[in-house]
Amino acid sequence: MALLQIAEPGQSAAPHQHRLAVGIDLGTTNSLVAAVRSGEAITLTDVEQRHAIPSIVHYTEAGIEAGYLAEQASAKDPQNTIVSVKRFMGRSLADIQAHYSNLPYLLSESENGLPIFATPQGQVNPVQVSAEILRPLVERAEAVLGGQLEGVVITVPAYFDDAQRQGTKDAAALLGVKVLRLLNEPTAAAIAYGLDSAQEGVIAVYDLGGGTFDISILRLNRGVFEVLATGGDSALGGDDFDHMLVDYLIEQWQVTELNSQERRQILIEARRVKEALTAVDTVEAVLTRADNSVCQHTVTKALFEQLIQPLVKKTIASCRRSLRDAGVTTDEVLETVMVGGSTRVPLVRELVAEFFGKPALTSIDPDRVVALGAAIQADILVGNKPDSDLLLLDVIPLSLGIETMGGLVEKVVSRNTTIPVARAQEFTTFKDGQTAMAFHVVQGERELVDDCRSLARFTLKGIPPLAAGAAHIRVTFQVDADGLLSVTAMEKSTGVQSSIQVKPSFGLSDTEITTMLKDSMHNAKDDISRRMLAEQKVEAARVLESLNSALLKDGELLSSDERLAIDNAMASLAQTAAEDDADAITKAIEAVDKQTQDFAARRMDNSIRAALKGQSVDNI
Amino acid sequence: MNYFELFNFSPAFQIDLTVLAERYRELQRTVHPDNFANASEQQKLLAVQRTAQVNDGYQALKNPVRRAEHILFLRGIDISHETTTVKDTAFLMQQMEWREALEEITSVDDVASLYDEFSDYQKLLTAHLSLMLASDNVNDWSMAADDIRKLKFMIKLHDELVRIEDALYD
Repeated sequence: MALLQIAEPGQSAAPHQHRLAVGIDLGTTNSLVAAVRSGEAITLTDVEQRHAIPSIVHYTEAGIEAGYLAEQASAKDPQNTIVSVKRFMGRSLADIQAHYSNLPYLLSESENGLPIFATPQGQVNPVQVSAEILRPLVERAEAVLGGQLEGVVITVPAYFDDAQRQGTKDAAALLGVKVLRLLNEPTAAAIAYGLDSAQEGVIAVYDLGGGTFDISILRLNRGVFEVLATGGDSALGGDDFDHMLVDYLIEQWQVTELNSQERRQILIEARRVKEALTAVDTVEAVLTRADNSVCQHTVTKALFEQLIQPLVKKTIASCRRSLRDAGVTTDEVLETVMVGGSTRVPLVRELVAEFFGKPALTSIDPDRVVALGAAIQADILVGNKPDSDLLLLDVIPLSLGIETMGGLVEKVVSRNTTIPVARAQEFTTFKDGQTAMAFHVVQGERELVDDCRSLARFTLKGIPPLAAGAAHIRVTFQVDADGLLSVTAMEKSTGVQSSIQVKPSFGLSDTEITTMLKDSMHNAKDDISRRMLAEQKVEAARVLESLNSALLKDGELLSSDERLAIDNAMASLAQTAAEDDADAITKAIEAVDKQTQDFAARRMDNSIRAALKGQSVDNI
Repeated sequence: MNYFELFNFSPAFQIDLTVLAERYRELQRTVHPDNFANASEQQKLLAVQRTAQVNDGYQALKNPVRRAEHILFLRGIDISHETTTVKDTAFLMQQMEWREALEEITSVDDVASLYDEFSDYQKLLTAHLSLMLASDNVNDWSMAADDIRKLKFMIKLHDELVRIEDALYD
C-alpha cells in the first residue's frame, strides 16, 4: 500500500525537495564550483577528476575555450588568451596600463574608459570574459547535480569595491544565473572551517590569492559570523611573486628583445619555479628562446624569499591595521585561517605565524576552502536548511563618500560598517530656482577625491524651484548585503521624489548590458524576450507563493477591505502570469507590491517584536 | 527612530553591552536579507531597510558617545549636525598641547604614553557625562552636550594618533 502524503494546508506535499545551488570561487588564477551533497560540501570535479579550472579564456576564429584548453593556448597565442581577467574587473584601461606593462592583448577603451579586448570573436569586456569562466562551472554543476541551478553564491575578495562587485554579478547575469549572494572570500573560508569545529571567539582569515590579498577579523558566536574588520590590497597577490621573479630572470639573462610568446613563457616558468621552491631549496629556471638558444639560472629559496619579502611584509602591515580596526589584540585571536594558493609559500606561513604568535590552520585545502564555504552558504540561502542558525554579518571594506567643494571627500559611510547600511545626508541649493544638482560618489580612505576611486556620478533632477538654500534634499545611500550601492533622493519640504540617474564610473552602461545580453544569447537556444518572460514568471510565482504563506500566517493583521484588495491583485497577477506578456506581468507584480507594502512592513515589525519577546526591558 | 525601543531597552546611559549584542544577533536573525533570498523583491528591499536600521541602532547604542547623543536627541536636543564649538578655554589649551605632542612623536613608546593620557581623560569625561545624563535638570543636559562635544575632540585626537602609529610601522 502506498503511503499517504500528508501536508499542512497551503504547504506543498514535498517540503523537503532539495533545491540545487552551488558556490563558485571565481578566482584570479583558478576557479572552482562546490555543492553540498548528502550533507557535506564537496568541490565538483570534471571527468578527469580535476577540481579547479584555470581562469583563462582563449578566443579563436572557431569559438571560445575556457579552462585547461585555454591554458594550453596561453604560450602560443597570448594575444587572444586572457589570463587573470579578475584584475581587470571594474577598472579603467588607464588604471590597468599604469599597473601592468607589456600586456599582450589588443586593448581599446569603451565610452566609460573600460578596457575592451579585440579578439577573433569580436570585442569583449572583462565581464564577458568572466562569464566565459563561469559558464563551464555552471555546466559542470548542472551535469553533476542533474538539474538546473536555482541559484549560486559567488565569492569576491572582501576588498573588492562596488564596481568590481557589480561586474562580478553582471557576469553571472549574462549566463542567466541567479546570484543568491556575493560572499566575501575570507568569510566563506571561515564558514568552511567554522561549521566543522563550532568554535566561539575571534578568528583571523589571511587570504593571499593570485591577484588579491585580504585579511578579515571575525567574531564567531552561536552560528553568527560577524566580520569586525577587513583590509587588504586588491592588487597584491601570488602573481606579483611571479612578476618579481620574471624581472629578476630577465635581468640575470640580460635578454632585452622579448616577443610576447617568450614573455609568457618566462611567466609560466617563474610560476613553476615558485611552486617548486615550496618543497626544495634550489630550482633551475630555463627558457628556450625563439632562436633555440637556451637561458638557464639557478634560483635558491633564499633568493626568492629575499625578492618577495617586501610584499609579504606589506600583508603583515595590513593584518596589524585590521586587528586595530577590529579592536582586538593578537592574543585574542583564537585561530588564523589560511586561504589561497599563495599561502603555500613557506615564507608567507612563517611570517603570518610569527605575527599572530601561533601556527595557522591549513587542514582544508587553501585552494578549495573558499568554494566549500560558498557551497554551504548557497545551500542555506536556497532554502535547503531552514533550521540553520548560520548568519553572516559582513562589513563594507572601503569608506563611501561624496565630493564636496574643492575636490574634498565627505565620508557618508565609513569602512568596516556592518552592511546592509543606509545613510541619509542633506543638501541644499545654492542658486535661486535651481532644479538640478550633480553628485560624485567615491570610495576610499583619502581626503582628496583624486586619491579615491570614482564610483558613480549622478544628477538630481526635478528639484522644485525655490529660493537658494530653501530646498532641502535628502539623499539616501544604501549598501545591500552584497556590498552594492543604490541611491535615492527626496526634496523634504515638498516631498518631491527626485529622479536619479546613477552612472557608474567604471561600470557598464545600460546599453552595454543590453547589447551584452543579446550577444550572450546569440548562440543560445532562447532569446532575450523569452528569458525576460521566464524571469518575470518566476518572480510572479515567488511573489504569490510568499504572499500565500504570509496570509496564512498573519492574515489577521489585515482588515477585510485590505484583504479583499490584496486578493484581487493576487488573482489578477495569477491570471496575467499564465499568459505570455512580460510587461503585463511586471505591472501586475507592481500592483500587488503596492497593495501589500503596509502588510509586509507590519509583518516585519511584528517579527522584530516577537524576536525580543520575553526579553526584559530592564537594562541592568 | 528610538533605538532603545527597537532593542527593548529603557533609555539610559548605562546598558549591558552583552545583552545588547545578544539582542542584536536575535534581530539580525529575524530581519537579515539572507533570510529572504527566495522572497519577492519587495520583501528583500524591506529586509535591507530594516537590517540597516538594526545595524545603525546597534552602533548608536554600542558606542558611548553616540548613545549619549541619541539620549539627548530623544530629549529634544539634536547635536549631530550642529556647528557650536566648545568654549572651555582650559580644555582648548589642553587640546593644543596634545596636538603639539602628536607632532613630536618619534617612537612607539611616545604613542603608548599618549594613548594612556587620552584614555584617562576620556574616562573622566565619560563619568561626568553619565552623571549629567542621569539628572532631570535641563541645564545638566546641556552640560552633557558639552561633554559629548569634548569627547568628539578626543576621538579626533585618537584617530590622528592611530594614523601616526600606522605610519611608524609602515
